Amino acid sequence: MRRDVLTGSYFTLGDIACAEGALAAGCRYFAGYPITPATEIAEHMARRMPEVGGIYIQMEDEIASIASAIGASYAGMKAMTATSGPGFSLMQENIGLAVMTEAPLVIVNVMRGGPSTGQPTRGGQQDVMQTKWGSHGDYEVIAFAPSSVQEMFDLTIEAFNCAERFRCPAFVLAEENVGHLREKLVIPEPHEIRLVERKRPKCDPKEYAPFKPDEDLIPPMAHFGEGFRFYATGLTHNEKGLPRTVDPDIHAKLVRRLNEKIRRHAKEIIKVKTLYLDDADICVVAYGIVSRSAASAVRLAREMGIKAGLLKLVTLWPFPSDEISRLSEGIKKFLVCEMNEGQIVREVERCSKCSKVSFLPKLGGEIHTPKEILSAIKGAL
Amino acid sequence: MSGLMHPLEKFVRPGMESRIWCSGCSDGIVLNEFLRAIDELGLDMNKIVVVSGIGCAGRASGYINVDAFHATHGRAIPVAVGIKVAKPELNVVVISGDGDLFSIGGNHFLHAARRNVGIKVICINNFNYGMTGGQAGPTTPMGAFLTTTPYGNIESPLNLVQLAAAVGATYVARWTAFHVRRIKESIKKALAKKGFAFIEVVGICPEQYGRRQKMPRPIDMMMWFKKNSVISRELDPSKAEFTPEKIVVGEFVDVERPEYTELMRGQINSIIERLEKEGKVSDVEI
Ligand SMILES: Cc1ncc(C[n+]2csc(CCOP(=O)(O)OP(=O)(O)O)c2C)c(N)n1
Ligand code: SF4
Repeated sequence: MRRDVLTGSYFTLGDIACAEGALAAGCRYFAGYPITPATEIAEHMARRMPEVGGIYIQMEDEIASIASAIGASYAGMKAMTATSGPGFSLMQENIGLAVMTEAPLVIVNVMRGGPSTGQPTRGGQQDVMQTKWGSHGDYEVIAFAPSSVQEMFDLTIEAFNCAERFRCPAFVLAEENVGHLREKLVIPEPHEIRLVERKRPKCDPKEYAPFKPDEDLIPPMAHFGEGFRFYATGLTHNEKGLPRTVDPDIHAKLVRRLNEKIRRHAKEIIKVKTLYLDDADICVVAYGIVSRSAASAVRLAREMGIKAGLLKLVTLWPFPSDEISRLSEGIKKFLVCEMNEGQIVREVERCSKCSKVSFLPKLGGEIHTPKEILSAIKGAL
Repeated sequence: MSGLMHPLEKFVRPGMESRIWCSGCSDGIVLNEFLRAIDELGLDMNKIVVVSGIGCAGRASGYINVDAFHATHGRAIPVAVGIKVAKPELNVVVISGDGDLFSIGGNHFLHAARRNVGIKVICINNFNYGMTGGQAGPTTPMGAFLTTTPYGNIESPLNLVQLAAAVGATYVARWTAFHVRRIKESIKKALAKKGFAFIEVVGICPEQYGRRQKMPRPIDMMMWFKKNSVISRELDPSKAEFTPEKIVVGEFVDVERPEYTELMRGQINSIIERLEKEGKVSDVEI
């Protein structure tokens, strides 16, 4: 049996499932800094990493954690860091660095209530927009929202696959409620897990242009120490990796490609799950832990004869715009439920062509109850 | 191309013709001595990685024809730590400025040295933030006039040598841009060192610093270094005095301490060995 894929059934914590998902995905470098409610990921990695020959390092802060993960990624390792709100805020500048230098990297944010130190032990969904827009400049990211312990495992693997495939940071955005949830986890056999590895250069090192993309807009990635002798910089650079900071065309071309390499593959990345949407009048939109209450609410509504359905967003970024606009042609109403003051609801408003959008916020760390969502469904119609 | 080539040309990254450094800047001196050091040591250029932060000094990594990474301001050291830990066989060097390494990035320096990660850090200390136009920083002498200290600096500067020694660096040296051959010899020593090594090069920034301290020509700062520097022959950081009147240069620390990536590999190997002996896949409960 392999040490990195511990095939079997377990009753365990979301944070631990996330760490095991990373190991199964081939992650061999974890850098972190303790923070509630993500600490269990680091603690589990500290115990497990040496068993698979990988590296666990507790850095001096979250800025160093992400910076060192970028370094490890360039040295050829699948790398990850995990944090919560305050640490996530500290990471923002280097998230931009990972975008600009196209460093594959997974960042887990087990979300708690903010602003500031806020509610360390209580969940929230308040970092969704920060994930998209938190660093300066124009960029696209990939983010998944697990709603169960099983999805913590599965979507962490998916995040690694996307990070490696698209050479970008990919995010797992879980609420504290999922990170600290204990339920069933099934780890499959290694051969049942689909893994993606970064594209590597096949050319002579002398010919290598580190940021020259292939047809799919993604440049093959050489690693440090392999004789390619290349330069990676956060400055605007040409395809050879050399700084070209004042040429408007080079800048525009680079930034467009960084965005386009993700936009063009949005269909491949975006996952949603649906329930009773075929004939629905009202579509509840939810993600993460809230999607579980929403599913119950929709079932209750159906029992009462209300034509309700659920759209669960598994991918938050890139945003499932097409799915929303397609649905908006058939249904009368969207009801967006989020543990924040209104973030994804704005995206739904942007994408829905004609339908009215109502919103059910919830703050304080509590998950919406199915009953609350049910009465909002009734109220919306 | 003619047959005539600078002997160090082969170490310079092709395509990086444009030099951003002002004439008379000592960043070029340090770059030059670094290239000479790797030349004289005959090191495999494929196994050297240079990491820099942001600033004039931080542009050094781009010019050296090795794998190189230009990080965010202050974050060269943690990037270098990630590279070194992931691939300990690489010789990972950080070249950056005093503001980058000791103001915004100060915390990372402390911890990389404390852990004794075997990276080498070369700091070009030019007493100010050159790239942003001559603001005061953590090494600016008291009383100096800069764009953000128009009435004179009232803050004490850091003594980088004493700081590095206190937090556990295994090799610490200080030279000024005047001591070119000694810079090179120290770089050679640092490159051969297993543990965390630190070299401070007290540098010339005629454009942003010298000009404002009545030393407008590069030669003025050179003469200041020549006149006021004293070589210490003792491995004793307490002797590393640094005032405008007296700059003590030399080697101050040269010791051995268990290196981080070796300790880490040792731990990993013993854990795997034990699991194999016990016929176990994992010891950890999920
Ligand atoms: C986060 C951040 N803050 C500020 C800056 C602006 N900045 C660029 S270089 C620099 C100072 C560099 O000074 P130093 O490290 O001493 O290097 P020098 O230019 O003097 O060689 C600053 C503050 C930046 N790039 N990033
Ligand atoms: S501003 Fe100062 S440090 Fe920067 S290149 Fe000019 S002389 Fe050198």
